[in-house]
Amino acid sequence: MSDKNNQNHTGKGKGKDIDHATGIETTGHEWDGIKELNNPMPRWWLWVFFITIIWSVWYWVVYPSWPVPGGATLGTKGYTQEGALKESQQEIFARQQVYLDKFQQASFDEILNDQELYRFAMTGGAAAFKDNCATCHGAGGAGQTGYPNLNDDDWLWGGRLSDISQTLHYGIRAGNMDTHLSQMPAFGKDKLLSREEIEAVVDHVMFISGQVKADSEHGAQIFAQQCAACHGENGQGDREFGAPNLTDKIWLYGGDRHTVYETVYNARAGVMPAWKDRLDENTIRQLTIYIHQLGGGEQDDMAMEEEAGDVREREDNAGQL
Amino acid sequence: MTTIASTASGTASASPDYNYKVVRLFTLATVFWGITGFLVGIVIAAQMAFPDLNIEPYLSFGRLRPLHTSAVIFAFCGNGLFATSYYVVQRTCGVRLWSDALSSFTFWGYQIFIIIAGLGYVMGVTQTKEYAEPEWYADLWLTIVWVAYLLVYMMTIVKRKEPHLYVANWFYLAFIITIAVLHLGNNISLPIDLASAKSYSAFSGVQSALIQWWYGHNAVGFFLTSGFLGMMYYFIPKQAGRPIYSYRLSILHFWSLIFIYIWAGPHHLHYTALPMWVQTLGMTFSIMLWMPSWGGMINGLMTLSGAWHKLREDPILQFMAIALAFYGMATFEGPLLSIRSVNALSHYTDWTIGHVHAGALGWNGFITFGALYYLVPRLWGRERIYSVKLISLHLWIASLGIVFYIASMWVAGIMQGLMWRSYDDMGFLEYSFVESVMALKPFYILRVTGGVLYLSGALIMAYNFWRTIRGEVSAKEQPQIRNAQGVAA
Repeated sequence: MSDKNNQNHTGKGKGKDIDHATGIETTGHEWDGIKELNNPMPRWWLWVFFITIIWSVWYWVVYPSWPVPGGATLGTKGYTQEGALKESQQEIFARQQVYLDKFQQASFDEILNDQELYRFAMTGGAAAFKDNCATCHGAGGAGQTGYPNLNDDDWLWGGRLSDISQTLHYGIRAGNMDTHLSQMPAFGKDKLLSREEIEAVVDHVMFISGQVKADSEHGAQIFAQQCAACHGENGQGDREFGAPNLTDKIWLYGGDRHTVYETVYNARAGVMPAWKDRLDENTIRQLTIYIHQLGGGEQDDMAMEEEAGDVREREDNAGQL
Repeated sequence: MTTIASTASGTASASPDYNYKVVRLFTLATVFWGITGFLVGIVIAAQMAFPDLNIEPYLSFGRLRPLHTSAVIFAFCGNGLFATSYYVVQRTCGVRLWSDALSSFTFWGYQIFIIIAGLGYVMGVTQTKEYAEPEWYADLWLTIVWVAYLLVYMMTIVKRKEPHLYVANWFYLAFIITIAVLHLGNNISLPIDLASAKSYSAFSGVQSALIQWWYGHNAVGFFLTSGFLGMMYYFIPKQAGRPIYSYRLSILHFWSLIFIYIWAGPHHLHYTALPMWVQTLGMTFSIMLWMPSWGGMINGLMTLSGAWHKLREDPILQFMAIALAFYGMATFEGPLLSIRSVNALSHYTDWTIGHVHAGALGWNGFITFGALYYLVPRLWGRERIYSVKLISLHLWIASLGIVFYIASMWVAGIMQGLMWRSYDDMGFLEYSFVESVMALKPFYILRVTGGVLYLSGALIMAYNFWRTIRGEVSAKEQPQIRNAQGVAA
């Protein structure tokens, strides 16, 4: 529709087309019945727009913003994102630093006997455990099939602080010189024992673990020849080889007949990574103490047992207070 | 009540022989793909809450997620843009589409693109660029379709009968042209073999990231903002029966919007390897984008002045007004989230997902629903929609769904951000990542609820359209209409 037609249509004359509802002039155009009012832009809208532009210009002055030959403007504040990161990291490190000097120099004994350092170790250990260990050992350290429960006193490679520290540093079958290493033979797969012989030795394991009443004499003989070297004459295990105790009700892969058969047939060789290059020494020490106190920590000697007893007593007192 | 859904507005007579056939096809495709996209959205939302629902490999989250985003953005919104742009350009230029054959080709070509892209995702074919996942062969095909689209649209404008170009067409044109540029820019890649689906991008590392978010952010800017503003500029004044509030505002906010939007992408890459100065520019341009975005909301809402009474009783207008409210909210939240320090908290959390859905469900969804309710009776030559009450029901169910969705994602996202950065007084992280995941579960379930509500609304709409196309009118609403027919006719 042309402008001329539009004027005739509205009947206003002189090219002015006024909207009846608002009394505002239109632009005089019309498309498919749609007209446009000639309202000015809202003042507040314009002002806020200008303010955002002015603010942006100020921001460009203060922060790195526009490219120039050989780089970009650096801004008057000297802000860099690496600098900002370092700053906020330092703030966090400063909180740790309050304890860290003392913690680094203290022995495990001293840490266990100092309430503040002990709390520091436990808090840091819990944080590191959730981020690094919980994936396999569970959030509460209860483990899962193939990954030991860390809450009980059934240790494969030892439950003293020094043992735990060693395991954390070097891992299990982790491919370094100091890692825990042992290899159970795959008795069935490598044809070291016949099917019948494995059945018999499984019978014996079912007996010594108290799951069946009757022993298999043949199985006991095979056990003495093939298994006792690592698991011990009575099947109570040997931490030297990380060989589990077979007489308790705690099983890493399962204690039912079928699983035990599978274990003897194929053997087991779980792996835990070495953490010495992944976590710093402080974190490993925190983790050591944290895992040690989860429930099954063992004492290095009698003297230490007494000291640790003191700590627990003190804690109990603190709890009562 | 009686005139709300009525189609007879006095301009139907003496109109040129418009091509409604292709608009009808795109309209049906919009409804179909909308329902599909919402459904896949519910599935992946449920997978977040209940990971067992991941059916490997074809129906895992990783493959369904691009299926959802593409189905909603390119299939639902894209078909909606095709439908409305073809309708609007004809009506406001006063001429039939330039080429029936070519416009028909854009319909079938676009559906083929959607299908080959979607099949690719499920088969595991992706170039791993967000919103640009389709591989080279789908990209090439889309390029052909898009050039045809541009040609049809431009040539229709060229042969128009109106002396001036209506503002809706500026926005549609900006959408078509810029999407073409973005699509070509971000998809430069070399297939390893013409018989292979796999290709390698021409860009790598931080350059690739920058190009990707130049594309990604402007897909939001030009597909989901500019195009839909075109929709808003036609259907709101038509449904309200009012002139556009301010011609001057439409000029300034159009040019400022398209000029500033194109710079804002780097705010997706705060605290990354992208040089700091690029981040700063992206952020400041996002801040400056606030008012140009709001210009559209102001112009749309103020167009209702003189027609506020209609807003009380017309659910189609209510859809459009709520859409503008969500548009205003999302375009305020966007600049806010682009600020470096806010982004430090919000980035990588579900707050971003909530923000996107405020825009997608609230703005894109609702303005499209409004336009579709306007279009369907007119396109099929029906006197009115089957049931106005059902439009109202759709409106309220869908609004409730959005509230469930974005409120749960706000809480979830802020909680996530705070948990991740929380250190105790001794300087240790207070939460592990998995603890933040566990804390999200109730909110993920709430989100599924929101999605189910939103889909239910769309199903009600589809039913309403089906009955409308069959020429039926709800028994409950018939007597009123019969009384009003004298007026309407």
